[in-house]
Amino acid sequence: MSNHHNNGSRAGETEQMAPSQCLKVFIQRDYSEGTVVKFQTRFPQELDGRLERQAFEATINRLNSYFAEAENATCSTYCEGCLACLTAYLIYICKETHYEKCLKKVSKFVAEQNQTVYEPRGLKLTDPSMRGLRVIEISCLDRPPNA
Amino acid sequence: MTLDSEYQLVDLTAIHSEGTDSMSEMARDRVTKKWEVFAGRNRFYCDGRLMTAPNGGVFLLTVFLITGTCTLFFIYDCSYLAEKVTVAIPIIGGLLFIFTMSSLLRTSLSDPGIIPRATPEEAAYVEKQIEVTNSANSPTYRPPPRTKEVLVKGQTIKLKYCFTCKIFRPPRASHCSLCDNCVDRFDHHCPWVGNCVGRRNYRFFYMFIVSLAFLAVFIFACAIAHLILITKTNDGQFLEAVKESPPSVIVATICFFSVWSILGLAGFHTYLTTSNQTTNEDIKGSFASKRGQENMNPYSQGNVCLNCFYILCGPVTPSLLDRRGIVTDDYRAEISRPVNAEINQPIKSYGVAVQNGPTQVTMNSTDMPGIYRQTTETTGMYSPLKKHLYRAQHIIPSKNCASQKIIPSQAPLLPPYDYNTPTRKPAINPPLEVFKNSRSLPQLKTLSGRPTSPEPANYPTLRPYTPPEKRYSANFGARAPPPAKQRPRSCVYENVHVQDEFCMNRVRSDKVMSLTPKVKNFPTPEFSQMYIQESFE
Repeated sequence: MSNHHNNGSRAGETEQMAPSQCLKVFIQRDYSEGTVVKFQTRFPQELDGRLERQAFEATINRLNSYFAEAENATCSTYCEGCLACLTAYLIYICKETHYEKCLKKVSKFVAEQNQTVYEPRGLKLTDPSMRGLRVIEISCLDRPPNA
Repeated sequence: MTLDSEYQLVDLTAIHSEGTDSMSEMARDRVTKKWEVFAGRNRFYCDGRLMTAPNGGVFLLTVFLITGTCTLFFIYDCSYLAEKVTVAIPIIGGLLFIFTMSSLLRTSLSDPGIIPRATPEEAAYVEKQIEVTNSANSPTYRPPPRTKEVLVKGQTIKLKYCFTCKIFRPPRASHCSLCDNCVDRFDHHCPWVGNCVGRRNYRFFYMFIVSLAFLAVFIFACAIAHLILITKTNDGQFLEAVKESPPSVIVATICFFSVWSILGLAGFHTYLTTSNQTTNEDIKGSFASKRGQENMNPYSQGNVCLNCFYILCGPVTPSLLDRRGIVTDDYRAEISRPVNAEINQPIKSYGVAVQNGPTQVTMNSTDMPGIYRQTTETTGMYSPLKKHLYRAQHIIPSKNCASQKIIPSQAPLLPPYDYNTPTRKPAINPPLEVFKNSRSLPQLKTLSGRPTSPEPANYPTLRPYTPPEKRYSANFGARAPPPAKQRPRSCVYENVHVQDEFCMNRVRSDKVMSLTPKVKNFPTPEFSQMYIQESFE
């Protein structure tokens, strides 16, 4: 029903917003395994020379693994769903869903990657939750938009 | 700011009024939440916590019917049956009622899985990629509607481009024209529930119809039992029983009529759940076996039980819309940022003063001299607009443009149509040679038989019109490019859709064409008076 855990702006949203008017690269979703959230690991041309392929692939693969964990339908998620149904979904007032926990992990990971890998190279990752889980936005902070 | 300083020099004594001014300023600076600037047509309540579709009338009817019937049931039937049969009847009825109402409210007031619209940079990036793939075609050949093919577990699925949300929709997503949003795993828009049914609220919807089916059957059975028991005590006089307890008859009638449709719906959705399909896919027959070629559903888990479990108890994303977040200046800048677009340069001999390099185009500006090709969307599918009249009189920046190409026209130029001249005749007595030869407006050929009044001398003989090979039609792209004619030195921008109220009214009254009712749901293109034209020769 309502997203009780987002009573104000999302945690760290303002500091995670990339500056305007710089070149942005968008990593699109990979639908080869259905509608699960998974991003393409194809290295974009615009980042050639700015970022090593291995670092890029490591980030994307790690993100994909977090999302796979979130969308994984295991016994425990089924039990959680059944319990929620039986309590008329009132337990969500107290408890976070499994998916929300995984999204928090993703946010933390993105922030940490920005600090250690991307910002030293003048790039910035945007959390895909900020973009509706459609794309991963990588901003090149020192390039103008049409370069 | 010099004005302020002048004011201060003059008004130094009014210190208390300054104080109240600042207080009212603070009151005016109230915090804007993101739901207030939401782009779709949903309605929000409780400061963004609850959201529904724009028209809530039928939903209120549903609530009224359910609560009204149950109230009558509890007052009249339960009191009798609780003493005569068992106390469990009102308890079970009460539990069913609570469960039904809570599922209904959950379905109606939650986010169905809306996909947020693309930011301007994202949209521009996608546009650039599409332009790259279409660059092989000549500038006058309009590319077909945008689709992208992906392989999902070995099957080819087409992803469509949503012109409103500026994204390639994920598989199983669809755009709801009533709510004006793309919804993930779109099932259908249910007016009874007053919301779209999508990925996030499908399980609540299913629970609602199943529990409502049980409730309806239960109440029907109890009401009939009540009437039969009274009949027995009155020695077989059914009419006496009816006179004794008329609300039971009302309850039984309502339940009787609703049980059939609700049971049918519950059964249908059970089938959909077990095969992991949406109503949308079932209606389109996406995964039905056609002519011996079996289309497997790539999203199915393989097993009936697994499918059920996955849909009803599986993991679900939280709402992707941050409704209650605070709108900061950064956020505002992000959603309404000017988009840097490069206008493709046509062949230079047209003599149009096209700016070199990228131009800044703002989404909200109305005085931008840029010319856009504007498209409208029909329930998520890009459909050729066969039935609109093309009278491109005033051409302006459109807010919903897919790209900003300038397409030079081959039509000779005309002076702009002046609505303000009172002596001007109504629009539709045009020389109908235009329509007679039209291949995409066949219905208007009958108009050519009408007597037309003699035209005034200064009436233009030809209007800017789109030659048949350039119009949208079902054979899109199948026509050969037009033969090379000598092009005029000026440009009229074509493929612009005009909803001219006057001519639409005239057309409606003539009943020559029947406009699809969905036309009313389109965002109306907003037109200003800007029109670029070089010469009239």
